[in-house]
Amino acid sequence: MSLPMLFALFVVASVVGYKVISDVPSLLHTPLMSGTNALSGVTVLGALTVAAVAKVTGYRLLGAVAIILAMINVVGGFLVTHRMLRMFKKGTESEGRENVMG
Amino acid sequence: MSWVNLLGLVFVLGTICGIKLMSSPVTAVKGNLLGSVSMAGAIILTLLAEGIVSIPLLWVAIAMGTLFGYYVAVKVAMIQMPQMVALLNGFGGGSSAIVSLLALLGIFGDISMAGRLTSELGLVIGSITLSGSLIAAAKLHGKMNQRPIVFKGQSTWNNLTLLAIGILFMSLLVIPSDGITQGAFWILALSLAYGVLFTIRVGGADMPITISLLNSFSGIAASISGFAVRNPLLVAIGAIVGASGLILTRLMCKAMNRSLSQVLAGRTVLMSKKPDPGVTSIDEDHVSRRKRTADGEDRDDFVCRIRNAKSVIVIPGYGMALAQAQHEVKKLADILEGMNKEVKFAIHPVAGRMPGHMNVLLAEADVPYDELYEMDDINDEFKDTDVVIVVGANDVINPAANTAEGTPIYGMPILRAYEAKHVVIFNLDTKPGYAGVDNPLYSMDNTTVVLGDAAETVLQVASALQDTAS
Repeated sequence: MSLPMLFALFVVASVVGYKVISDVPSLLHTPLMSGTNALSGVTVLGALTVAAVAKVTGYRLLGAVAIILAMINVVGGFLVTHRMLRMFKKGTESEGRENVMG
Repeated sequence: MSWVNLLGLVFVLGTICGIKLMSSPVTAVKGNLLGSVSMAGAIILTLLAEGIVSIPLLWVAIAMGTLFGYYVAVKVAMIQMPQMVALLNGFGGGSSAIVSLLALLGIFGDISMAGRLTSELGLVIGSITLSGSLIAAAKLHGKMNQRPIVFKGQSTWNNLTLLAIGILFMSLLVIPSDGITQGAFWILALSLAYGVLFTIRVGGADMPITISLLNSFSGIAASISGFAVRNPLLVAIGAIVGASGLILTRLMCKAMNRSLSQVLAGRTVLMSKKPDPGVTSIDEDHVSRRKRTADGEDRDDFVCRIRNAKSVIVIPGYGMALAQAQHEVKKLADILEGMNKEVKFAIHPVAGRMPGHMNVLLAEADVPYDELYEMDDINDEFKDTDVVIVVGANDVINPAANTAEGTPIYGMPILRAYEAKHVVIFNLDTKPGYAGVDNPLYSMDNTTVVLGDAAETVLQVASALQDTAS
């Protein structure tokens, strides 16, 4: 894809990103931050490409480091978000759970 | 449109829907799952589309990153979540920096001027995100002093560093390609240094804003490195993350009545040199006369007030997080509800060390989220409330924010706890909160200050209430 096309994509995606989360209860700010943080590990796509394309061994290894860092970001990010979100319960739900347990 | 672009669009839409679903507590878990599935799809699509699926090195690196990521995610305690997010964010930024650096060093062959521009940008923003996030994580984890670190001529040094980066940046656009390597490493070093310089002077209450901003940076860095490797999927998802991070940052700035430039300049965290005459300093004698210990003679006094109250609002703060008192607070709330009192939790938007920090901790203790109220929804109810119970909060209830001009918290919206008929404050000490401004609420006549570890004192009060209830 050409650079102008990529730039257009960048602008459209920014606007969509801006619109899509403009109303989030502060209850969810931390999980949302953590979730979008995991998504920012999407840079792993770039890391995969550079690690595959690089010919110099040092560059290849540097690319592998980039993959590892990004994957920690992705996997760690999604898992901690999942852990956080699972804890949120509505009043009725938590009572229901207590009944099951008790 | 090729099948690659089509599938890519599907994963971008999946990501957007995921974020959208995360905007509501009911669907948030699904949203997160959808986001992670889209991510997995994007990774596999890239491997296939680039024809690099059979390279073992990539799979080894993916497996290692997945294992480390899994390990830290299951090990981390809920209270460590802020520094965890900061750390993970740094990793993402570091990865973007490496991708951009390698593109700049010419692994894709000769690089055009536009290519140099995007690679340099990715390198600068990624490196700042990396070092800035690591410093933020170290501060939040207590490995570094959480107070702002300020030295003489700091602003000058910051600006000089920025200027140097700018000059290098421009010159790297036009120099012959054999000089790029050296220049790139200088840009890397200076950007890392700038990340450190700009984060060390942020302290305490401004940290949530900084982390949110860095979160936005890492998205932008990812998006720009997508230009460098010509991956539209990376450009799109990175931009979405960058935009969402900026919104969150703006929301937080608004909640604290600060502008982003003030936070970045480190101005708001500095104490004004001369205290404004409007600042009510705490009359220490008065406070010590009013100090109570939960098992002292006067315990009955405020326990009695809580017992007779019909409506109670609980305000948690960072002190609750430090004392890990959320379970005790939940127990207290249960007892109060068992006595047919109306119990609500008032959450200040910037209580704790990141947005929604209190919500996460209370959720961990099984407090239902529909008992938690945001500041604007509950502020009008304080005047009709019998007892407000403050657990380890200070700045967010400090009336000086309305009156003490020139202090860091002046103008910050607060929870109007002082309007309640009685206020019981559980806190470790009467020292000012992070903003460093004395809290006149402590010496008001309808305030009881209970000093000590919040988990212990809350539990003592809870059992005292239980004794009389049964």
